[in-house]
Parts: sequence; C-alpha cells; structure tokens
Amino acid sequence: MSARGQKVQQARPNKNQLLAMYETMLLIRRVEETLMEVFSAGEIPGFLHVCLGQEAVPAAVAAHLSQDDYIGTTHRGHGHALAKGVDLNLFMAEIYGRANGYCLGRSGSMHLADAGHGVLGANGIVGGGIPITTGAAFACAYKHPGRVAVCFFGEGASSQGAFYESLNMAALWKLPVVYVCENNGWAEFTPQSVHMTVADVAQRARAAGVEAEVVSNDVLAIHQVAGRAIARARSGEGPFLLEVKCNRWHGHFVGDAQKYRGKEAVAQAMSDDCLARFEQELIGAKVLTAKKAKELDQEKREAVAQAVEFARSSPMPQPGDLAEGLYL
Amino acid sequence: MAEIRYILAVGQAMGEEMERDPDVLLLGEDVGAPGGSFGASRGLLERFGSRRVVDTPICEASFLSLAAGAAACGLRPIVEIMFMDFITVCMDGMVNQLAKMRYMFGNQYKLPVVVRTPAGGGLNAGPQHSQCLEAWFAHVPGLKVVMPATPADAKGLLKSAIRDDNPVLVVEHKALHAMKGEVPEGEHLVPIGEARVCRQGGDVTVVTAGRMVHEALAAAAELEAEGIGLEVIDLRSIQPWDKQTVFDSVAKTHRLVVAHEAVKAFGFGAEVAAAVGEELMDELDAPIGRVGAPFMPVPFSLEQAYLPGAVQIAQAARQAAQGGF
Repeated sequence: MSARGQKVQQARPNKNQLLAMYETMLLIRRVEETLMEVFSAGEIPGFLHVCLGQEAVPAAVAAHLSQDDYIGTTHRGHGHALAKGVDLNLFMAEIYGRANGYCLGRSGSMHLADAGHGVLGANGIVGGGIPITTGAAFACAYKHPGRVAVCFFGEGASSQGAFYESLNMAALWKLPVVYVCENNGWAEFTPQSVHMTVADVAQRARAAGVEAEVVSNDVLAIHQVAGRAIARARSGEGPFLLEVKCNRWHGHFVGDAQKYRGKEAVAQAMSDDCLARFEQELIGAKVLTAKKAKELDQEKREAVAQAVEFARSSPMPQPGDLAEGLYL
Repeated sequence: MAEIRYILAVGQAMGEEMERDPDVLLLGEDVGAPGGSFGASRGLLERFGSRRVVDTPICEASFLSLAAGAAACGLRPIVEIMFMDFITVCMDGMVNQLAKMRYMFGNQYKLPVVVRTPAGGGLNAGPQHSQCLEAWFAHVPGLKVVMPATPADAKGLLKSAIRDDNPVLVVEHKALHAMKGEVPEGEHLVPIGEARVCRQGGDVTVVTAGRMVHEALAAAAELEAEGIGLEVIDLRSIQPWDKQTVFDSVAKTHRLVVAHEAVKAFGFGAEVAAAVGEELMDELDAPIGRVGAPFMPVPFSLEQAYLPGAVQIAQAARQAAQGGF
C-alpha cells in the first residue's frame, strides 16, 4: 500500500523483461570474474571491490529506471553502473585508468561516474554517496519532476551519521529517492553483529520516518518491491528503503584472504547464487532454454573480452593533462 | 550609491541572484522565517518561498553533500554554515566530495555550490564559534575561497561566487556584518582572484584579507605619522590568490608583511610569504613579517588580548621598514 492508501499495482515482468534482467546479471557476473582475473594478474593497480554474489540487486532495481534517472553507488559499484547501462568499453577503459575512460582515468574502479547515464559516482567514502544521491533527488523534485534517484549502499554505511541525516531530510521533504541497502553482512572485515544492535537496516530507516521493506537475494522479489518503491517516489509520495539480505562471495577487496571469516562461512555465502537460481527458474518457466543460456553466456564473455582488449589498447593519460579541467 | 550594512549586502546579492536564476536556492539552518542567525536571508522566504529558501535540520554534513548532489544535477545551491567552526562536520562533503567531484569524474559535472560562512572572533563567542579556518580549504584543489572585507565586496564577490560553476567558499567575518559602506545597486560583480590595492605606499607591502584589511589600514594611518608608507593589499580571494598584484607591490616596496586573524602557523600568509621567498627573494630588502593569532584556541575571556590587529601589524611593518639582511 502506498502512503496515500492506494494500492500501487506492480505488473509482473514479461518475458523480455525477465531475459533482460538475466542478461544484466550475467554480464555483471562475467565482468567481475574477468576483473578479478586481470587485477590479480597485475594489469590494474590500486584496489578492486567486486560484487560477485550480489548481481540480482542492480539488475532488478535498474530494470525500473530510465537513462535520465540518477543513481549513486559505492566502492562495490560495478554492477550498479553496468545495470544502469554504461558503455562496457568506456567502463573498462576507466577501470584500466585510460585517457578515454569515463573519467579520463582519474577515478578508476572506486569513483566511476557517467553523467550520460545519471551515474553520480561510486564513492570511496563509505556512506559518502548517501547525501549526494539524496541531493540528486532534491534536484529531481525541484527541477526534473518524474525522475528519481536510487542510492545504493551497504549495511556498514548505515552506521554513518550521513545515513540518518539524509533519510531524515528525504522524509521531511518527501524526496523521490529509493535507498537500496545491500546487506551482505560484512562491513569491510567486520560482521554486522559487531557494529549494529538491530537486525535490519530497515528498522533504522523507519526510525527516520522512511518506509522500508526487507527482501531476500531473489531477483524477482527485489524487482517487485523496487518497482513499487520507485513508482511511489516518481509520483511524489516520498522515499523508501529496500533492504536486500545478500551475500558477499569474496573478500572486501580482491586479494583479501578473509582470515576473519572462516572457510565454512565463505562456502555458505557462495552457495547463495542468485544467478544460477534465476537461470533455473527461467528454464523451468520456459522463458529460457539451456541452449539459449549458453549462447548468452558466450555473448557476454565475448563482449567482456572485447572490452578488456579495448581497455588494454587504449592510451594512458598524459602527465601534461593531469590537471586539465580542475576548475571551470 | 547607497550606504548599507555588510550583512544587508550579502542578502541583496542572494536576492538578486535568486531573482535572476530560478536554479539558485538557499539551504541552511534557520535561514527561512528567522532570516538566518545573522540576518543575511531576512525577507528571502517571503520573496521566494520555502521551496527556494530551505530550512534544514541541524545536519551540516549531509545538507552540504546534498547541495553537492543537487548541483551535479543542475541546481545552484547556496549553503549557509551558521558558524565557520561548524564546517568541521562537513569535511567529507567539502573535501572528498564537492572539491573532487569535478576532477575525479573527468570534468563531467559542474559543481556550482556556494558555501557562505561567518567566521572570526570579536563577539566573545568562544573557542567553537570564532575560528578562521580559511587556509584549510585553500589547501584543497577544486575549491575557491574568498574573504570579502567590505560591504561592496560582500555583494560583488558573493554574486560572482553564485555565478561561478566551481564550488566557492565565502568567508564573512562576523565582526564586519554591521559595518556600513557604499554598495553599488544592481549588477555589481567582483571577479574572484583579483586583489585590491586599498592604499598605496612606498615602504612596506601589507598583504591581508577580511577583517584584517581594516586593521592594516589603521596601522597604515598610524605609521604615516612616522614617515612609513604602507601599501595595503586586500587579497579578497585566497584561492586563487592574485600573485601578480602582490609581486608588483613587493617589487616596488621591497618589504613585506602578511597578516591574518587565523593562527599564524600554516595560515594563508605562510603561502604568500613562501611564494615571495621562492620567486622574488632578490627583491626583498628585509625579512618578511608575519602577523596572526597565537597558536591556541580563541579564548572566551580576554579575547581582545588574543586577537591580532593594527598594533601587531604596525609593529611588524615598522620592523620590516627598519630591518635588513
């Protein structure tokens, strides 16, 4: 039920929409696997955070967004940007730090942004993107009616003051923002039990006056609640928080040995495979065949391999261009 | 030209720019019906409504970052931080987000955010309501920092800041808010980055900004009787700062004093002194004098004993005039 008491009907996704979500998840999976490989081989410097195991959230949420809606994301943000529709080659070139990447090689993985698709940036500061994306929603309400902003973050960020402060303003001003908390149980190297007394981030949202709902790592469940939340926000009924209980398959960053986590816990996390589950469901519902799945997989692998080649052969920034455009 | 108070000039600049551009809006604590803690936004709520004059909860950290996000999506927010001391809770927004969003995203976004904040001592407001922290922000690539010293500049610099597509921090000294001065009506823009020689003199150059401009002028009047001519330069903008005007003056006087109310150590004067030392050492006939507050928090009691002013500037200028290597 919406705040106005009218039931917002959420149509079930049709075959094409289901397949589109599946393809998005598949693409994210293959991109992240490849990035782990090339990063581990030393092709990319710095830090890399992958979202393997969490592909359902971006695919399901972004299915309701159009190009001019805004998203704000996190250090683990590749999936969100890809789901929002960024160009795979330019995305990869940026992660490789190349001059023709989205951010001229200045952002790398951790701060990737694409104004053309409303991607307001991954953020190296945990929780830093929450008020910024709330500001995007403020701009939507002020200047771009009908547009929404979706703010992705993890349960770790919900302990930052900026989380409560932003939700308070969003609730006060009924901003068209949907907060999507990917609760993977780990704030970097710290389990939720060590930094939160409440079980659900949703509880924190409700305390700020923001309606909230918790769902499992199931793409259709996420799609349904996200659809309702985004439709409400678009029609001016204010913010919503969607919390997804998911699992982080790997460490905080690529190369993290996860000594703090234990092999069993890792194995348990990896048994939660949202993509494999969805694939079986689609095959069961005759939306997809095993053969078609294989073809799509091959297609994604090729696209990713091509993007890596594009990035590898792209020019590095020139030292003389480093400060270009710092001020307008 | 009308003679109006500094704080009214600030309000006039905001009102005119909001009139001119519907994307300009004001966010801050108590900026609506109360008209701002110091009265800068008096009357704006009535003129522009609560959609554009937005009273925020007490959460500087997040409404500052909210303004950054809104600016990236096409608005031109003015954010009031009630006391400069409170900007410390916005450091993520100021330093990691607002200052870097343009650069780190490869110049994809404009960040036309103005952060206005009253700073400085003189009101016995104590250690957490009296600081001058401008140098911190001048140290961060991506930000601009201006310090208007007169009502005319309060209007002209703020209007330029609002039209600037970069984030600009406008530091208003609280002790200047009640000051009266002639302010051009309507369109009056003071370019950011241009200093003003507010008094010519042949013996010692004094480089300063904000409230200390008036202290330097008082020192100049005093030293005139002693036969020492001070050239007083109001930087107006400390990031970027007008090196040329400073260098031209030092090349003429060969003696330099830098003066600010912020603690002397690591203040903007240190940057000016270092630049002169680096690039213009041959022109100097005496060591550079530095005036600033002692290295301690601003005390509640005995504030006048703490605050640097005309006396210290005159002393430093005298020393520079008489000294040599």
